[in-house]
Amino acid sequence: MLASKALTRAIFLTAGLGALLLASLALASAPGSAAQTSRPAPHWVTADHGKFEALKQEFKSGPEVTKACLSCHNEAGAQVMKTIHWTWMSPDAPPEAKLGKGGLVVNNFCIAMPSNEPRCTSCHAGYGWKDKSFDFSKQENIDCLVCHEQTGTYKKFPAGAGHPAAEPKKMGNETFLPPDWNKVAQSVGRPTRDNCGTCHFYGGGGDMVKHGDLDSSMHKPGRELDVHMDVKGANFNCTRCHTTVAHKVSGRAYKTPAAAQRISLLKDDQISRITCESCHSDKPHAASSKANDHTDKVACQTCHIPAFARALPTKMRWDWSTAGQRDAEGKPLKKKGPLGPLAYDGMKGDFTWAKDVQPQYQWFNGSMTNVMAYTKIDPSQPVTLAQAEGSPSDPNARIYPFKLHTGRQPYDKVNNTLVVPKLFGPPGSGAYWGDYDWNKAIGAGMAYVNLPYSGQYDWLESKYYFQISHMVAPKEKAVSCQECHTQQSRLNGIGGVYMPGRDFNRPLNYIGWGAAAAALLGVFLHGLGRAVARRKNGNQDQQG
Amino acid sequence: MSNNGGKSIYLYTRFERFWHWAQSALIITLAFTGLEIHGSYTILGFKRAVEVHNFCAWTWLVLHAFVLFWMAVTGEWRQYIPTTKRLIDVALYYLVGIFQGKPHPVPKSERAKHNPLQRMTYLSIALVLIPLQMATGFLYYYYNSWPQWAWTSGLNLNAVAFIHTAGMFGFLAFLVVHVYMTTTGHTLACHLKAMCTGWEELPRQAKAGE
Repeated sequence: MLASKALTRAIFLTAGLGALLLASLALASAPGSAAQTSRPAPHWVTADHGKFEALKQEFKSGPEVTKACLSCHNEAGAQVMKTIHWTWMSPDAPPEAKLGKGGLVVNNFCIAMPSNEPRCTSCHAGYGWKDKSFDFSKQENIDCLVCHEQTGTYKKFPAGAGHPAAEPKKMGNETFLPPDWNKVAQSVGRPTRDNCGTCHFYGGGGDMVKHGDLDSSMHKPGRELDVHMDVKGANFNCTRCHTTVAHKVSGRAYKTPAAAQRISLLKDDQISRITCESCHSDKPHAASSKANDHTDKVACQTCHIPAFARALPTKMRWDWSTAGQRDAEGKPLKKKGPLGPLAYDGMKGDFTWAKDVQPQYQWFNGSMTNVMAYTKIDPSQPVTLAQAEGSPSDPNARIYPFKLHTGRQPYDKVNNTLVVPKLFGPPGSGAYWGDYDWNKAIGAGMAYVNLPYSGQYDWLESKYYFQISHMVAPKEKAVSCQECHTQQSRLNGIGGVYMPGRDFNRPLNYIGWGAAAAALLGVFLHGLGRAVARRKNGNQDQQG
Repeated sequence: MSNNGGKSIYLYTRFERFWHWAQSALIITLAFTGLEIHGSYTILGFKRAVEVHNFCAWTWLVLHAFVLFWMAVTGEWRQYIPTTKRLIDVALYYLVGIFQGKPHPVPKSERAKHNPLQRMTYLSIALVLIPLQMATGFLYYYYNSWPQWAWTSGLNLNAVAFIHTAGMFGFLAFLVVHVYMTTTGHTLACHLKAMCTGWEELPRQAKAGE
């Protein structure tokens, strides 16, 4: 009897489980993954640049090398000139909007590029952009080497308008030597992490300053820091994802989303690999995993980059209003911060740094809205200089992680616009780092960009959002479900979605728990009544 | 306490008992994990709670299919035909008579396992609450596929979650009352025992005139 009972139960359970298994098999769709990523990319160049006569001639400057490059690569110049690496202007905005570093975009690092060219353009893929007179149509002004040389010895002088030092020259504690032109020219190859990192790891004027997910730790990251670029693993170069065609590097820029559509290489082998979906598809997890259902609303980065600046600290705040203090020798005062980098610099003001920072989250469709030097602003509120576009109803928008960099920077308090200060220049030029007079610096900068300045400035709070896409953590370090599906959610600022665990209907909770409590109280009282009645009737029972 | 038990009848077949206890385990587990998903507490962790919840949901769907099949082929569905006959008597018994030591107005028999109040309750659970939870659970889980089903109606995830949660609270209230009601037999445990062994011990026939 007992055995047969157990048998019956086992049969039913097995039948139940079997049906369940069939159901989940039927639900399974083709999983997408990128299983071959651990293989290094094949190397298939067909030319040894060390053997080209053109690269054996004597070079005295960068443009001479470029001419030699162009003598064979006769399309390269025209190609580069179309790219944002050359123009520093958004390709998807009308020229009159002046959207770009080369235009009137304002940030809360060194604020704006114009009037500070020789310093800023040390990261321009060109030679000689020292002021407005730079000739963007001269192909020999292109710097091929900064992206292509492979010796690691080629360095542009930080204040040389894109040129390397012509003779040994000091800047800070570092001495910059003229390159061995033949050696660097003959070393050229496809760009590596070090080439891209020369500028992109040092954005905002130095290591660790700008992005939070790009800094010098990314030259040779380990698996913990970036699963794709792991030097002992897949060892991706930047261009492995930033697919480059005719010198146009894919990626997000201002109004331009990284990709027009999210499709995988399985559907079209000619797409750029710039999105995670390109290789991983929009169902990257195991077939029945609920995580696959998130990909229409949540960017991969949101779960897979739990924190940025995981190896080195990154700058979180820059307060220009306190700049100007000097030490006993009259030099700009410098104070070290607890994490290593400066907490105060007399040239720049106060800095806040942080390591292992949990991102901010926003809906984002790939386009940013920038506040420009000519935009009217409301100084009573923090001004968001770069704001993610996108909303819950936008099918192209996902919830993305961001670094939020806050700042305190000058504005024109009569015209209610941000200002372009001239920072870099010798004493007497009006530059802040020459004369330490904000009024003069702003006047000089605004005159340079032909914008009005009332002569009166004040300080305002500003915010700048950087999308976080690098430093993809190993999957076991991904953000867990309950870091978002909880009332203390990482996504507490995110509207437009119902998230179980975070969202609930408060009245329903009261009514539901109330009903359960009422039922409990009811049965308790009923039971109590029965106990009392039984005691009374008990005597009667015995008599009967 | 005097044992006033009388003869026993075989009321619940092996399958019915299996179904009952499997379903009760599933309901309790679903409510427990569901409340965690709802954000009421953190015990298993959200991910594990979701996994257990979904597993139980599919299992219940399969079980329910077997139950409906069993009902159909055995004709036992007739036990759940609602009736108003003696409904008031039963309600009055639980409100008043039970305290006066009166006998239950509808004694259990093979032809009528459930009193009118039970019939109504169990039928509405089987026909309303369970399908509602299954439907909203299904919509909840396949929320992402709504656009593929060309489903763009006014219903949103918010509403689906609301109904699904409300259904859970319904089950919770039912569970409290149901567990308590098992103690209202002629002994505290006799109904519970019946659902374990299948044999319901009937109270000794009340003497006429008592």
